[in-house]
Amino acid sequence: MIETEHLTKKFGDVTAVQDLTLSVGEGEVFGFLGPNGAGKTTTVRMLCCLISRTEGHARIGDYSIEESRDRLKLQKIVGFLPENVGLYDDLSAYRNLEFYGRLYECSESQSRDAIERLLKMLGLWDRKDSLVGTFSKGMKQKIALARALIHDPEVLFLDEPTANLDPESAKTTRDFILELKKEKRTIFLNTHNLDEAQRICDRIGILKTSPVAVDTPANLRASLWGRKTVLHLSQINDKILEALRRIGFGEVETVGNRLLLKVTEPEKDNPAIVSAVVGAGGEVQFVTELRPTLEDIYLRLVRRETE
Amino acid sequence: MRLWKSWIVTQKDFAVFRRKRYILYSLVALPLILSLLLPGSLLIGGAIGQMPSTLLASFFRSEETIFIILPAILPSVIASYSFIGEKLEKSLEPLLATPTTDGELLLGKSLSAFVPSLAATYVGGLIFMVFADLLTYGRLGYLLFPDWTSAVLFVLAVPLACVLSVEFNVIVSSRVNDVRAAQQLGVLIVLPMLAIYILGETGALSSGPIELLAVSGILLVADIALFYLSRAIFQREEILIKWR
Repeated sequence: MIETEHLTKKFGDVTAVQDLTLSVGEGEVFGFLGPNGAGKTTTVRMLCCLISRTEGHARIGDYSIEESRDRLKLQKIVGFLPENVGLYDDLSAYRNLEFYGRLYECSESQSRDAIERLLKMLGLWDRKDSLVGTFSKGMKQKIALARALIHDPEVLFLDEPTANLDPESAKTTRDFILELKKEKRTIFLNTHNLDEAQRICDRIGILKTSPVAVDTPANLRASLWGRKTVLHLSQINDKILEALRRIGFGEVETVGNRLLLKVTEPEKDNPAIVSAVVGAGGEVQFVTELRPTLEDIYLRLVRRETE
Repeated sequence: MRLWKSWIVTQKDFAVFRRKRYILYSLVALPLILSLLLPGSLLIGGAIGQMPSTLLASFFRSEETIFIILPAILPSVIASYSFIGEKLEKSLEPLLATPTTDGELLLGKSLSAFVPSLAATYVGGLIFMVFADLLTYGRLGYLLFPDWTSAVLFVLAVPLACVLSVEFNVIVSSRVNDVRAAQQLGVLIVLPMLAIYILGETGALSSGPIELLAVSGILLVADIALFYLSRAIFQREEILIKWR
């Protein structure tokens, strides 16, 4: 649904995005992670035809971002939630949404039905006639989300949708995105929130001007971190470490009474490890797998890129 | 260019303006002051009865040209909000993400400053002419207004001056970030109109229909030049990256 090929954006001498090649499938939720200034917002702006690209190509559905004749058609199939909600404080929630419905060329009945459905889903139907200026940040974010969906877009670009929201509003927004995921909508999510990305996204891309990695969270974890087994013992001694070295586990990390071992196939390796430890007189209390968080992977990748 | 798209933007701006009291007050107060105060000043001390008929007619005809200033002032109040308001509310990004062209947005925004300013000027002008006729008919024995000068003034010069002011304010808005700064700079467009009025008042320029036709011609050329300049400035990438 979204294809980019060597997409690059330069502002004068500054390169904001370099050589971005990625593909997002139909119905996929793709998380775009990266530090501030990594080029996430610039990428979304290019894909929504808000700014031009310097080099490379990109398509959304059948439309190319380079072709000026495609721009209006492309923008009709795309919904966009910018980082700043940008609503009109002096208009009611209903009037804000109606305005955008008309700009997205929805018929009056389409627009009316969509506003009612979305505001009811977001729990704001009874506030439809209130001025947006009287709303809290979380409520405004919900209205902005409804605005992005008013024309029932095929692709949704969300730029930091839960940034600066209180935990409750962030959860409501996240749950709403999960509802949209069930509808098989293609979603491109820019976020700093790694936990959110892990919970919502099918695949993630890590960007630092140029792409650092693109894969599913599980694959990234496996390829960058490997798999680690943790053995909780009553006590650790040299005899146990020697026994492990003999069966090929020379690099063993010890943390208190825990042994951390890098394994390739835990199903085969774990029984051999336990047997060696028990054979050396060790007392195994627990065997667990060490699962890195997305934050561990992200920090490792971004720091490696900086070095 | 789809005019209906521009009109959607204009209608939205009208809805926002209805809640901005200072815009409403500006649109009502200035035309009312000019249309009532100028003819009304002659009522003080019975001046209207002591003036010779020819002087009375020429007074009102020269005062009429003050309505070329009004369409230059009023758009600066509205246009500065119309464009900078979008900047301040950070609503340009979602607006530009809609399937709307830059030209449609620019036209919509310009119309939202142009239509109320022109309407307020016409209402003010109408009140002025009716009031002036009421005051002078007894002395002159004929209706002073409308005449050829007022026809050229209100049909050509006033709308062209209004367009010039809107375009100038678009350019000013693209260079500043503050509504008040935009209004202060935007109002500079009044100066050439003020010069026309003062030249007419001092007799350096006759304020007849032919002279007003020439002024309208100059305004038309200036409108076309500023139109190209404002279009060059109103580019979506420029707006998003530089309008901070």
